[in-house]
Amino acid sequence: MTASPTTLAQKIVARAAGRASVAPGEIVTARVDLAMIHDSGGPRRVEPILQDLGVGLFDASKVVLISDHFVPGDTDEGARILELTRQWAAQRKVAFHDGEGICHVVLPERGHLAPGMLVVGGDSHSPTGGAFGAYMFGVGATEMAGVLATGEIWLKVPETILIEWRGRLSDGVTAKDIMLALCGRLGMDGGKYQAVEYTGEAIAALSMQERMTLSNMAAELGGQAGLIAPDEVTAAFLREAGSDPAGWGDWRGLRTDPGAPLMEHHVFAAGELAPQVAAPHSPANSGPVDDAPQTKVDVAYLGACTGAKYQDLANAARILKGRRVASGVELLVAPASRRDQDRAARDGIMAVLEDAGAKLLPNACGICAGYGSARLGEDVTCISSTARNFKGRMGAASSKVWLGSPLTVAASAVAGRITDPRPMLTEGAGGTA
Amino acid sequence: MSGRVFLFGDDIDTDQLAPGQYMKGGIAALAAHCLEGVRPDFAGSVASGDVVVAGKNFGMGSSREQAAEALKHLGVAGVVALSFAGIFYRNAINLGLPVLTAPSLADLADGERVTLDLDTGRLERAGEKPALPLDPLPDNLKALLADGGLVPHLKKRFAQERQKEQGR
Repeated sequence: MTASPTTLAQKIVARAAGRASVAPGEIVTARVDLAMIHDSGGPRRVEPILQDLGVGLFDASKVVLISDHFVPGDTDEGARILELTRQWAAQRKVAFHDGEGICHVVLPERGHLAPGMLVVGGDSHSPTGGAFGAYMFGVGATEMAGVLATGEIWLKVPETILIEWRGRLSDGVTAKDIMLALCGRLGMDGGKYQAVEYTGEAIAALSMQERMTLSNMAAELGGQAGLIAPDEVTAAFLREAGSDPAGWGDWRGLRTDPGAPLMEHHVFAAGELAPQVAAPHSPANSGPVDDAPQTKVDVAYLGACTGAKYQDLANAARILKGRRVASGVELLVAPASRRDQDRAARDGIMAVLEDAGAKLLPNACGICAGYGSARLGEDVTCISSTARNFKGRMGAASSKVWLGSPLTVAASAVAGRITDPRPMLTEGAGGTA
Repeated sequence: MSGRVFLFGDDIDTDQLAPGQYMKGGIAALAAHCLEGVRPDFAGSVASGDVVVAGKNFGMGSSREQAAEALKHLGVAGVVALSFAGIFYRNAINLGLPVLTAPSLADLADGERVTLDLDTGRLERAGEKPALPLDPLPDNLKALLADGGLVPHLKKRFAQERQKEQGR
């Protein structure tokens, strides 16, 4: 008998649930291959629950702890939380990455992920792991404590929303533009907590870090997971990160079969997409940057898991090379990981950013999570490469955050107002902009 | 226990439910600012048994479970919405806060008296108005809520497992 066609999500969930197959809508209990926690929702919240339950970790070798929210610990509270985090890592003997960058970026770059894994993360942007063909999703601290205690989690087998981008993106258009366009067209409950899967020529052509931005922001579409079928690009990235493909099983079979049950299938033409910006206070308020008013900006922020990886910094440097940030504008850069920052430094990218007038912040979540001394003040307008622009999230309730790609953020920093990055790309370095 | 309806629109996010700048004050302080951005009088006037009723995608955004914890702390009997953001939904059940989707909110009005009945899966309305039918909860979530959330549920499970071990 031939097995009926199934989705990538079904294949991963079935294996984790120890079943030959699962059907969308079924509620199953799955074994977790990996649990990722950070300093904010991690030890300080889960340890009291574990104590209350009177149990230890289900498997310390399957837990990864990353400090990123309260880094660099420049407040009394932050320092205390980081100290507690470090003590817990030592006591519980888990893998610990301290101050090395944002969890969603550090987890794959340190080789912890592999295609086909079921992974739970203590942060809402955990779908990032889906870029590597892992079914990864975020949970709150109580549920995470339950996972750490039992190694299990319940799942409603998701339906799949297939999002296909045909053709190729034009120069100056990036994964962030794809996502802002999707948030605008599908809305923030467009995913209805299903599995979002990205496919098509334009997706296959993206680097891993660009794919990570897509998977990450499946959270903004309301999806549980944001999947991309693993391919040679995935394998090359993970191999370099130290993960051994020999342990991945039949990862080439991890894809949605033709004829698999889909809840929705959206097709978009990548070549027609222009750079997008999302107006305050929702990623769904998006549209082409050329249609947006040329709003003056006070702060340009290159940060977060969706906007300050090596690729993002390299994109920004294409604009900033030979140019200066407009007077009165503050360009803040918080590279997403130390490793990405070091690589950008070696390649001359950090020098380009600093020569343009960028101010460097620590490798951490920073003001995207509403932390750090650079939080936005009253009435500040910011153009940001982050994932989310909810009212008051990055600072004062009166502050206004626009979202754009790192290219758009850099171009807007130079122009002093929200602007299309493409003319600056065609003019080349230090044009007459 | 009956209470009043507190009616909200679509896309109430976790930064509204649990504003970041009050996080360090503990749950009581945080709850005092719950939803103040959309309804400044909410925390001050909501009482035990009241029901939060909202449109689509309630609880979108962060995984911070204080968003659900704050509502529970204020005595909210439960949330009825057209749809919920997934992580918030899971967090609420895990903390023992009933969250139920409704196919329609009919003509429910802000301030009207209601009773959230988990056994029948309905929102009973005062006067002659017909009860609002709610989508039934899956059995596993009913069990979690009946135990008061994930922690008491796991305690019960571990105790049963220990008993079985000893019985061998």
